[in-house]
Amino acid sequence: MKINRRSFAKAAAAVAVAGVFGTGAITSAFAGVSLTGAGSTWVYPLVAKWSAAYEKQTGNKVNYQSIGSGGGIAQIKAGTVAFGASDMPLKPEDLEKEGLIQFPTAVAGEDLVMNLPGIKPGELILSGPVVADIYLGKIKKWNDPAIAKLNPGVKLPDMNITVVHRSDGSGTTFTFADYLSKVSPEWKEKVGANTSLNWPTGVGGKGNEGVAAYVQRIPGSIGYVEYAYILENKLNYARMVNRDGKVVSPSLKGFQDAAAHVDFNKAKDFYVILTDHTGPDTWPISGCTWQILSKKAPKATNEEVTKFFLWGFENGQSMAESISFGPLPKSTVDVIKTYWKTNLGI
Amino acid sequence: MSASGAVASQSLDKDASEQKSATKAGSSFADFLFRKGTGLVALIVAVTLLAVMISLIVEGWQALHTFGWKFLVTTTWDPVTNEFGALVFIIGTLVSSAIAMLIAVPVSFGIALFISELSPNWLRGPVSAVIELLAAIPSIIYGMWGLLVFAPWFGNIEPWINDHLGAIPGIGVLFQGPPMGIGMLTAGIVLAIMVIPFIASIMRDVFLITPPALKESAYALGATTWEVARNVILPYTRTAVTGGIFLGLGRALGETMAVTFIIGNANNLSASLLMPGASIASVIANEFTEATTSLYKSSLLALGLVLFVITVIVLALAKLLLLRLEATQEGKKS
Repeated sequence: MKINRRSFAKAAAAVAVAGVFGTGAITSAFAGVSLTGAGSTWVYPLVAKWSAAYEKQTGNKVNYQSIGSGGGIAQIKAGTVAFGASDMPLKPEDLEKEGLIQFPTAVAGEDLVMNLPGIKPGELILSGPVVADIYLGKIKKWNDPAIAKLNPGVKLPDMNITVVHRSDGSGTTFTFADYLSKVSPEWKEKVGANTSLNWPTGVGGKGNEGVAAYVQRIPGSIGYVEYAYILENKLNYARMVNRDGKVVSPSLKGFQDAAAHVDFNKAKDFYVILTDHTGPDTWPISGCTWQILSKKAPKATNEEVTKFFLWGFENGQSMAESISFGPLPKSTVDVIKTYWKTNLGI
Repeated sequence: MSASGAVASQSLDKDASEQKSATKAGSSFADFLFRKGTGLVALIVAVTLLAVMISLIVEGWQALHTFGWKFLVTTTWDPVTNEFGALVFIIGTLVSSAIAMLIAVPVSFGIALFISELSPNWLRGPVSAVIELLAAIPSIIYGMWGLLVFAPWFGNIEPWINDHLGAIPGIGVLFQGPPMGIGMLTAGIVLAIMVIPFIASIMRDVFLITPPALKESAYALGATTWEVARNVILPYTRTAVTGGIFLGLGRALGETMAVTFIIGNANNLSASLLMPGASIASVIANEFTEATTSLYKSSLLALGLVLFVITVIVLALAKLLLLRLEATQEGKKS
């Protein structure tokens, strides 16, 4: 058989194009683009859902590995993935140093859940400072005056409080601890905020499911889990007093309000955390996941990544809501688009 | 690995071709290859072990260098301020394993003795098979079972433990705490269940090879089963029994997933066994994915090195013990 010179040249060109795409993105004549991302476990359900629908519509594949935010950051720095996802934003100076950029993906929230006999879901009201004191081990009983003051008319049991927290490093913990740092100076000084903490008290469960299992098992316990987890498992959740002093229940709208009250135009590199913001309906423990891209990556790769997320922002809203993620408000998406233009030229 | 595979297949080919000629010189050449091949495979194990240790030292160096000896003797583990001390986890590992051995050794002894001496013949096979199946259950299953089934049940027992064992002066403090069902004691008990099959299988195997003549002589002298076990079987098999116990201990020290689920994961020391704790393996499993700073990651790897060293020490002690046992046996014989 004679080898057709022209088709050989074409194949060589295709290989060359694939080479240009380089890190994380590979094209071929037969399938669409294939992107690889890695990081946060929190955002995994959302990216997985979006990528399945995106592939169906465009033929482009997005593989996402939920290896944890730390791993995501390390991999995007090393240039082995096209995007990394982190629940904790990187500081602008760190981004600068590593030649990275970041933008938010979707908002979510978390709430406290309890095992309190005789108290219905949503009946108990808590405030940030009270939660901080509980997690500092200063409030030890459910009928403590500080809790009773927030819940007039509720019969609080004379029970010891068992604090439950996450044992694994997690963005859920970071968001929770960031909130407590904002509302309690003592928390900020003694504990601080990170994905893992030096907890003053309590037991640690692995993952949302671990915390939920402990809370359901231990009478008098309190834990924090993602909102989606509360819905699925019908856990006994608390209402919270927000920054405006209003009592609110966790809801997608509350998370979105938190994002809406943040001025992303002003925050450099979107370095702003959604906890404890103003607004009458704003849920105080709202969080967000950031996607991190590298400026050093080939432009074509970054173009494909931004295309995917823009598609998600514009077409994936109901998908996001179905798994309890709040889509970003349009104003935020516009800011992100401008940010891409200035930083990536896309 | 691939190198050893190539060598192995090469020597196999050689083996096959040499067999055809079946000359004396040829077979001694095959012998030569066989000896070198097996030697190489054994060497690879040693090299791997060394490589693991070196890479743990290299990766953990930053932490060891920053904290020095304080890494081993301080209890603060604070990712926020980047202060890391391993003492809580070292103690957690040792205590949970000690509890496991305290339970597993007598139980395994009983199981092995039952199978080898007391059980009717028809029951021997099924009981042995069940014990060996226990060893085949993945540790994550033990963890889930421990968390969802055992811990809630144990939580109901703990008030009783509080009231009775907790009231004993002296050791009572070990058994006082909130009845959560999870904690150091729960982890120790589940670990015991996990190591029993290993210890029991080894004990059974060595009990069965005790020469019948010895046992029968003792029975003929009017000894009871217990006396035979204590005075004939155990002395005859004690080196192998000790080896089995340390194999179980090695497994208990490094067990990760099951412990992570049920130990409670609290990074602080507590006198009570009912309180949550943490082990070296559990804290690495928990925190490795989100360890973002280099010192943090280095500290986790240094923890791995500490576990490695603990295991080596335990195995070395076992070896020493075996040598001494053998020496005393030799002494008795002569």
